[in-house]
Amino acid sequence: MDAIVLQILNGLDKGGAYALIALGLTLAFGTLGVVNFAHGALFMLGAFCAVVFNKLLTLEIVKIDPTRTTPWGSPLEIKTPYVQAMLGDWGKVLIDYSVPVSILLAIPVMLLIGILIERGLIRFFYKRPHADQILVTFGLAIVLQEIVKHFFGANPIAQSAPALFSGSLQITEAIVYPYWRIVYLCFSLVVIGAVFAFLQLTTFGMVVRAGMQDRETVGLLGINIERRFTIVFGLAAIVAGLAGVMYTPIVPPDYHMGMDFLVLSFVVVVVGGMGSLPGAVLAGFLLGILQSFASMNEIKGLLPGIDQIIIYLVAVVVLLVRPRGLLGRKGVMES
Amino acid sequence: MADKKFIIDRRTALKTGLAGAAALATPSFFIRDAWADDFCNIPKGKDVVFGFNVPQSGAYADEGMDELKAYQLAVKHLNGEGDGGMLKTMKPLALKGNGVLGKKVTFVSGDTQTKADQARATAKRMIEKDGAIMITGGSSSAEAVAVQSLCQDVGVIFMAGLTHSNDTTGKDKRAYGFRHFFNAYMSGVALGPVLAEAYGKDRAAYHLTADYTWGWTQEESMKDATEKQGWKTVKAVRTPLGAADFSQYITPVLNSGADVLVLNHYGKDMINSLTQAVQFGLRDKMANGKKFEIVVPLFSELMAQGAGDAIKGIYGTANWDWKLEDAATSAFTKSFGAAYGTPPSQAAQTCYVQAILYADAVERAGTFNPSKVIAALEGFEFDGLGNGKTLYRAADHQCFKDVLVVQGKEKPKDKFDLLEVKKVVPASQVTYDPSIFGGELGSKDAKACG
Repeated sequence: MDAIVLQILNGLDKGGAYALIALGLTLAFGTLGVVNFAHGALFMLGAFCAVVFNKLLTLEIVKIDPTRTTPWGSPLEIKTPYVQAMLGDWGKVLIDYSVPVSILLAIPVMLLIGILIERGLIRFFYKRPHADQILVTFGLAIVLQEIVKHFFGANPIAQSAPALFSGSLQITEAIVYPYWRIVYLCFSLVVIGAVFAFLQLTTFGMVVRAGMQDRETVGLLGINIERRFTIVFGLAAIVAGLAGVMYTPIVPPDYHMGMDFLVLSFVVVVVGGMGSLPGAVLAGFLLGILQSFASMNEIKGLLPGIDQIIIYLVAVVVLLVRPRGLLGRKGVMES
Repeated sequence: MADKKFIIDRRTALKTGLAGAAALATPSFFIRDAWADDFCNIPKGKDVVFGFNVPQSGAYADEGMDELKAYQLAVKHLNGEGDGGMLKTMKPLALKGNGVLGKKVTFVSGDTQTKADQARATAKRMIEKDGAIMITGGSSSAEAVAVQSLCQDVGVIFMAGLTHSNDTTGKDKRAYGFRHFFNAYMSGVALGPVLAEAYGKDRAAYHLTADYTWGWTQEESMKDATEKQGWKTVKAVRTPLGAADFSQYITPVLNSGADVLVLNHYGKDMINSLTQAVQFGLRDKMANGKKFEIVVPLFSELMAQGAGDAIKGIYGTANWDWKLEDAATSAFTKSFGAAYGTPPSQAAQTCYVQAILYADAVERAGTFNPSKVIAALEGFEFDGLGNGKTLYRAADHQCFKDVLVVQGKEKPKDKFDLLEVKKVVPASQVTYDPSIFGGELGSKDAKACG
């Protein structure tokens, strides 16, 4: 029983990341009709917002200690972060909380990146076949990856959770779960809730939803739906970016992390139903939990290697039974 | 006048025959070496090209980048530039600091992406297009085994970089492949008794293993070594190479009845799995009335930097450490530190040494002909390259030298002072019969690029 509870928790936090990325993908697809293979790269760029913020906070004053030397003979450098030198203990706290605080940097940066990508590249591919969109966005993802690799190297750059959340929560005697993973799960639920509230409760969201249903009619009413869709693309970039920022203490980010999630997230979108936001969230959590259960030794003992293919197996079954996915709308990606 | 008839008597015929045979034999006498030197990528100009095939992306990118730095340093030292590094300490030494056989060493490099097929493709490109006389590198045993097999087929020597699987010089060994790095078997033999002494003989171990050749042999060697000490193996679970999130593999450990987790992971995988195991509270946990422990059989300073505090107190083994106090290690650390601002990793050291050993063997053989270079490397005993007295065993092309048992330092002085050498296990204790892992070296004959 304890093992099952642990795998449910595991699946939920993994599913949180899948759901956030798939949500952004679906937003872009539902509004602009673009199959965005660069979405994983946006997740990675978000993670690197946290890395950059941490690097800025830990810029150091270097003093040379002539009395001590390094093992290779040069004088030893003593380094103190500027923030710590200026703000004392508050500086230390700021550095400790650099991951959650970097959300403040990630929101404008990701919005800007999203708008730049949409206006600068993707809008020229709206009327082109999906295969062209996939090729150009995949190319963009590789370019973004290589830029990050050039500046930050290929190695993962570890980011720490704040000391307060670095331990683990003892739920029962046998169930222990890291605090930061619980924080991540809660954070993903809050972001998903905020996106839905934005789309359901604001006039902007209402227009966007109407545009997703019938773009031409909304345009005929004199509403500049393109501008709103551009902002929605920026919003999708923010959601992916925030998912990346908060994921950094779980897995140290590197330039390739987006690709690891991209294929999985597409499967999540397809299983949830192309263009369906609730479908993406539901499928994200569902597949996260199934993947965790498939990794249990009892299940792997019966079906070796099942943990590697479960997501694709479920996708095949769902598409056979419900070709539009779990909550897919009629007419989306159907000729 | 009497007609002169052209008559050849028996004596004349013999003389003519002998003279003709001598005349015919003369060219072959002069060109004998030319025939023998018909091998792949004969260096014709003033330069000779080395091929450095390392992962610059993927799970083992950290090691690969450090390896490349070391190779570049080796090239400098071979060409007589820089401070000479370990060329000043190596004994015996045939190299003169003027390149190799008077030819300046140049190099080409390739990114293997930590993938065996990509490693094979980049090695092929370096041999066929760039004319590399030898290939060296690899930070994964899957890469090493794949490239070694290619090199055997085309007749180009492969000096393996960081590869720790028993298979590299075991069942998959090749005449054209040589490994300086130690292997999983040696790690197990060195680490087993230290673990039993530190954690007791009544322990139950759970293995998480990278699912490819190195992981399998590492797991097998650790199981053998710990079970000999009285430990039980509760479960061994394979994990895909490059899995970023190991949480679904770590949670079953919590209630498995195990009190030790053995992470047969390396590079980025090890950093992630160890960090996450610590996040799940495994190091604070009590199991079977004992403190839960984590063991990482193979790790390096680079990985310790990535894992941060999680590495403190963790036992493992290493091929070499920059804090060793011999003259060769000091010379190399000084040289590498001055060039790149960091101490060298064990991956860097083994690659530097492999490049130097190949060049030295060529110098001793007096030719780039691989069959003669192989003969020069086989059974070669040397010292002064950081590992003490070392033997390149002829039977399997494996180096035998001391193995280090290391532990993550509890109170590091700085970000480079992360490991502590706890024990130096002598080469004699980790030497084994080459037949235990099977395999055949195959042909040593030179050939014209396969």
